[in-house]
Amino acid sequence: MTSTSRRASGGAGRNVDLIVFAVLVAALLVAPLAVYPVLLMKVLCFALFACAFNLLIGYGGLLSFGHAMFFGFAAYVSGYTVKTWGFSTELGILAGTAVAAALGLVAGVIAIRRQGIYFAMVTLALAQMVFFFCLQAPFTGGEDGIQAIPRRPLFGLVDISGDLSLYYVVLAIFAAGFLIIWRTIHSPFGQVLKAIRENEARAVSLGYAVDRFKLIAFVLSATLAGLAGATKALVFQLASLTDVTWQMSGEVVLMTLVGGMGTVFGPIVGAAVIVVMQNTFTGFGEWVLVAQGCIFVLTVLLFRRGIVGEIVAIARRRAAAGEAVGREAPAGG
Amino acid sequence: MFELLGVPPQALLGQLLLGLINGAFYALLSLGLAVIFGLMNVINFTHGAQYMMGAFVAWMLLQYAGIPYWGALVLSPLIVGATGIVIERLLISRLYHLDHLYGLLLTFGLALIVEGLFRQQYGSSGLPYTNPIPGGQNLGFMFLPWYRGWVVAFSLAVCLVTWFTIERTKLGAYLRAATERPDLVQAFGVNVPRMITLTYGVGVGLAALAGVLAAPIYTVNPTMGSNLIIVVFAVVVIGGMGSIAGSIVTGFGLGVVEGLTKVFWPEASATVIFVIMAIVLMVRPQGLFGTPR
Repeated sequence: MTSTSRRASGGAGRNVDLIVFAVLVAALLVAPLAVYPVLLMKVLCFALFACAFNLLIGYGGLLSFGHAMFFGFAAYVSGYTVKTWGFSTELGILAGTAVAAALGLVAGVIAIRRQGIYFAMVTLALAQMVFFFCLQAPFTGGEDGIQAIPRRPLFGLVDISGDLSLYYVVLAIFAAGFLIIWRTIHSPFGQVLKAIRENEARAVSLGYAVDRFKLIAFVLSATLAGLAGATKALVFQLASLTDVTWQMSGEVVLMTLVGGMGTVFGPIVGAAVIVVMQNTFTGFGEWVLVAQGCIFVLTVLLFRRGIVGEIVAIARRRAAAGEAVGREAPAGG
Repeated sequence: MFELLGVPPQALLGQLLLGLINGAFYALLSLGLAVIFGLMNVINFTHGAQYMMGAFVAWMLLQYAGIPYWGALVLSPLIVGATGIVIERLLISRLYHLDHLYGLLLTFGLALIVEGLFRQQYGSSGLPYTNPIPGGQNLGFMFLPWYRGWVVAFSLAVCLVTWFTIERTKLGAYLRAATERPDLVQAFGVNVPRMITLTYGVGVGLAALAGVLAAPIYTVNPTMGSNLIIVVFAVVVIGGMGSIAGSIVTGFGLGVVEGLTKVFWPEASATVIFVIMAIVLMVRPQGLFGTPR
């Protein structure tokens, strides 16, 4: 899937990104004054999840339709290790993330053997397999899930039993995850990934081990999706089947699509939009599903660049008009 | 009676029959997916929802219009196929010039809308549909319910007719030609866009037909499609979408494998097809009947 390859020129765009990110973090630091911290934490977990997903689709051109398997399974692992094995909080999150990475390695090795549409179907099928495993395995607690996961003090020092203190921990995890992704995109590795997305055959002919690059990107994306899931289990003190369903895989696709695939901040905006929408319409039953479907259809038909992608495109058009350079902005999202 | 590998033959053959029925649904659905993908390069994620619609339309025809099963068997695929044609003309046709993944995302959104609407209206507990041919025949080694035998025989016939139409008739030749080179076929004066629309309608109709067949066996349920379509995707990956006959063979074969797994290792029956998919991808990535590209 082609997307607007901004920042090919490097320098200036990167600084803009970092300034925007600094402003965002500053706003998030004071946000609990105005917004309920649990909602903010939910947004942050899904934002990290969507950013991890975006690393694959936006920069590697790989549409994974099964990312819930990493998100949900990591939630189970961290929930189980903390509750039953008595792991400390940080160790529990680490365990969930590590298992997601291992699962990502296995799923990645299988899935990258096919491209494009088949890749999407294969990841979806693998995720469904993980779903059935979680449904049947005794440690997940079946339909009940793992409930009342304790919030132990972080590193034995920081008390996170209150929502506000936990919020700042979640914010730190989110910021760290975001910076890892941002750094990856702007590394030589990220450049090769983009080259593969644009023209895989040419990347092969240039001598790049394309499959290895894809696999590393897949594992990294799975790991960070796992980090997001493990954190979410801690926030809601719950790990349940909802997080491993195909609907969850679809939701993260939707968040990224709405915000803007292949944009740095799009997934964050998309996650905020969708989570707030779900929260607003909780009383409307299945209409949430219908609304999500409608957003999918409308976004695909009308604004494929997503919210952030459209904003960037408008800004670039203005800049181009200002410089009187008659080059049209590349299409796609 | 004798036992086979520690399993009574009644249970074994019963599951084998159920496996054949599921296999028939896999075959009908993957057939439709393969034809649609071949011509439009769109993976129709709505396929599962359209299967579910087929069952629901049959139920509604009986409930509100008093039209029995045999009428629904004809009407329901026509009605659902018609909705498919509308969807193709209004929405999917706008995406042909784009990356194929957008078609997947669009049809995924449509599937959510359809499933959400039906869940909102009918809940997710499922509605019963009366078996049109109750009873059965004791074959001596097993009991054969008439309806199950009918489903296997009829869907096999539908699969063979579809295969014959595509591989052995002039119409099918046009279809195959348009799959290879739509621009060239258009230049010869064939109305390719109309052909695409009708093909989509027929593919959707096949899904709806499977839905009608399923209605008396399983309850009519809004979630019946989404659970099935993911398995069908795995079936498609295993078989490869290159060959019509391959889709049919893979569909029935995997249904039987799944049925047998239910007998010998029930816990694994939900995942066996996905495991086979993973193995096939490692050994033969293009699928059993696919051609490497």
